[in-house]
Amino acid sequence: MTEHSYLICLLPAFSFVMIVFFLRWKEKVAAGFSIAMILASWVMSVIVLIETLARHGHAYEAFYNFLTFPGLNFQIGILVDPLTAVMLVVVTTVGSCVQIYSVGYMHGDPRFSRFFSYLSLFLFSMLGLVLANNFFMIFIFWELVGLTSYLLIGFWFEKKSAADACKKAFLTTRTGDLGFLVGLFLIAVYCGTFNYGEVFDKIAMGAMSTGVLTAAAIFIFAGAVGKSAQFPLHVWLPDAMEGPTPVSALIHAATMVAAGVYLVARSMSMFVASADGSMVVAIIGLVTSFMAATIALTQFDIKRVLAYSTISQLGYMIMALGLYGYDTAHGQHSVGYYAGTFHLMTHAFFKGLLFLGAGSVIHGVHTNDIREMGGLYNKMKTTAITFMIASFSIAGIFPFAGLWSKDEIVAATLHHPVFLILTLAIAFMTAFYMWRLCFLTFTGEPRDQHRYDHAHESPRVMTWPLVFLAFLAVTAGWVGLPWLHHGFSSFVFHEAPPEHHGPSYALMIISLTVGLSGIGLAYLMYYKKSLSPDVLVNKFRPIYNLLYNKYYFDELYNVVIIRPLLSFANFMWKFDANVIDGLVNLIAWLTVLWADVKQWFDKWIIDGAVNGAGWIVRQTGEGLKYVQNGKAQFYTLFISIIIVFIGLIKYELIYLAWGWPIMTIIFVIGVLLLTFVSRSTRQGTNREIAQEDKV
Amino acid sequence: MFYYLALAAILFSIGMFGVLTRRNTIGILMSLELMFNAANINFVAFNRYIITESMAGQLFAIFIIVVAAAEATVGLAIVLLVYRNWKGIDSDNYSVMKW
Repeated sequence: MTEHSYLICLLPAFSFVMIVFFLRWKEKVAAGFSIAMILASWVMSVIVLIETLARHGHAYEAFYNFLTFPGLNFQIGILVDPLTAVMLVVVTTVGSCVQIYSVGYMHGDPRFSRFFSYLSLFLFSMLGLVLANNFFMIFIFWELVGLTSYLLIGFWFEKKSAADACKKAFLTTRTGDLGFLVGLFLIAVYCGTFNYGEVFDKIAMGAMSTGVLTAAAIFIFAGAVGKSAQFPLHVWLPDAMEGPTPVSALIHAATMVAAGVYLVARSMSMFVASADGSMVVAIIGLVTSFMAATIALTQFDIKRVLAYSTISQLGYMIMALGLYGYDTAHGQHSVGYYAGTFHLMTHAFFKGLLFLGAGSVIHGVHTNDIREMGGLYNKMKTTAITFMIASFSIAGIFPFAGLWSKDEIVAATLHHPVFLILTLAIAFMTAFYMWRLCFLTFTGEPRDQHRYDHAHESPRVMTWPLVFLAFLAVTAGWVGLPWLHHGFSSFVFHEAPPEHHGPSYALMIISLTVGLSGIGLAYLMYYKKSLSPDVLVNKFRPIYNLLYNKYYFDELYNVVIIRPLLSFANFMWKFDANVIDGLVNLIAWLTVLWADVKQWFDKWIIDGAVNGAGWIVRQTGEGLKYVQNGKAQFYTLFISIIIVFIGLIKYELIYLAWGWPIMTIIFVIGVLLLTFVSRSTRQGTNREIAQEDKV
Repeated sequence: MFYYLALAAILFSIGMFGVLTRRNTIGILMSLELMFNAANINFVAFNRYIITESMAGQLFAIFIIVVAAAEATVGLAIVLLVYRNWKGIDSDNYSVMKW
């Protein structure tokens, strides 16, 4: 099955084509077909994962050289190694759940089939991205997921906010992709190939100097920064929540934004070779994670809280990967790589679940604002319970999946005290804001009675995926239990599996305490109401405002980048309108002028010559026509003279020494003379005839 | 032989002059006959003095006389029609086929 794993990404592509060309007006068939295809992909992914396990993680690679230049080689190919296999299962699992869920969530939408075609296109791109065996292919699919993300964020493009958000997302990620592209150029120039294995071999052999390698690593990381919404390009992800919620769950929580993390994990050999590049990655990850977690504390939009939580968790993974690169470069042992990829997997499940749960809540109450919710537990039990399971998981409570992966990330920071403290602080904040969300949404008194009365549990097609994902949100972490000797860490690793330490109970207790205290604080503030959040807000008013306004990043970018760009564009427009258009108009004016000159020349000189020739011929004919005077005797005379003339020439009585031109002139003069003779006779005869007529 | 040829030349010239200068159409036809006869004299003279063994020249002269007779007939018929149309047989009368 592994050798046919390209089918995993081609099945959704087939579904996309079928829906676009044949099933657009058959909504149920379109949805069913799309779900059938992704389920088939899912089955194949699971088989591929099992086969990869059976191969003890040996990579399978197949490719086709489709463009070969001297010194540069483009390939189309697939690479199935443990990381790919895990990502395939994650993407297809969440993808299947989201597609099934969408049948309920998008019910009655006028563009229902189109939504499923976009989802299929996205899954094709994402699976292609995961399966690619070289940087060039990953870049192509990278841009494709960017495109589908744009299409899906702007799915409800009638809303201006959605249209703006999709443009913002597209342009912001494009900024990062520019860096990615520069990184690709560096790789192409210095390595002459895009294939992962060959590139890493060349780097290991020293194809790049340290400076160039660091630059290439950071440029590649820029692509990941854009796609994974890391600081400073994180601003698009919260706005992307304007898209339909299943899209937020699939693309902006579980899969596409994880593509950046996947890219960093995939090119880990480059980061390991460049300690500086790795440190940049780790610091960016930490800054992002901390910043996003603090913003999430203050937001009231349920999806925005989750969006900032996503950014924060992605920052976690990036930080873990960066620390792995840094520690390995310095010869220290690190679990960062395993921690990052492990958290990537567990996060995909519980964050997908959180978003789908949030979608279910929004579906029930028709608002995003948690201040208008409250007490919904009684109305929607399945949603509430699954949502809380996911919240436990993200807060890192025993025995949920999040605990195990988060523990590993904490373990990865052990060599770096600053990182360790901030990571624990972030874990505390995560637990707090997630449970703030839970308590505000599901418990207490309903704050908006009208909305509460209309709230209802979502249909089963939406709750079943929730239950399935809740199951995974609990159990997915168990593949990496510290008590297992051959768990996740011995399967997905970079170069060599980390040494097995056995469980670190101290660490577990610390992170459990941190998580529980976060939950406890949220409990006191939002359930028991024994601590008032308003008091804290008033005490730290400036900080609260700063956080509530997301560190004013949007405003900052507006002033620093967008306004100057707009004014520059305005200037360029004016330049265009006045100078360029002026030049064009001048050229047009000159052309018209020149055309006038030519027209005059044509009319008077050329036409004059032609008409003049005609006029001359006509006048000559007018003069010569009198030779034809109708008198037989005149003709006879003419013939006689010519015969005599010819006879004279024949017997050389006159000589042709004068040449033909002169003879011709003599002939013409003779003809004219005769003409005059004939005219005079004509006039005479006319007079006679006139006289005869009178008689 | 010179005398014969001279006679023929003189006759031809007189005929030519007549054709070119006469106004009367019948006169023109008569002058034409003179030219024919000049040609006949030439034929006969050449036959008599140069190609004595053949009768071709004399034969040709007889043909010409026959053809001239036919031509005169046709010509006189045309003259008759011209007279009916223009009440006269001046050659200038029927110069209608011009420009």
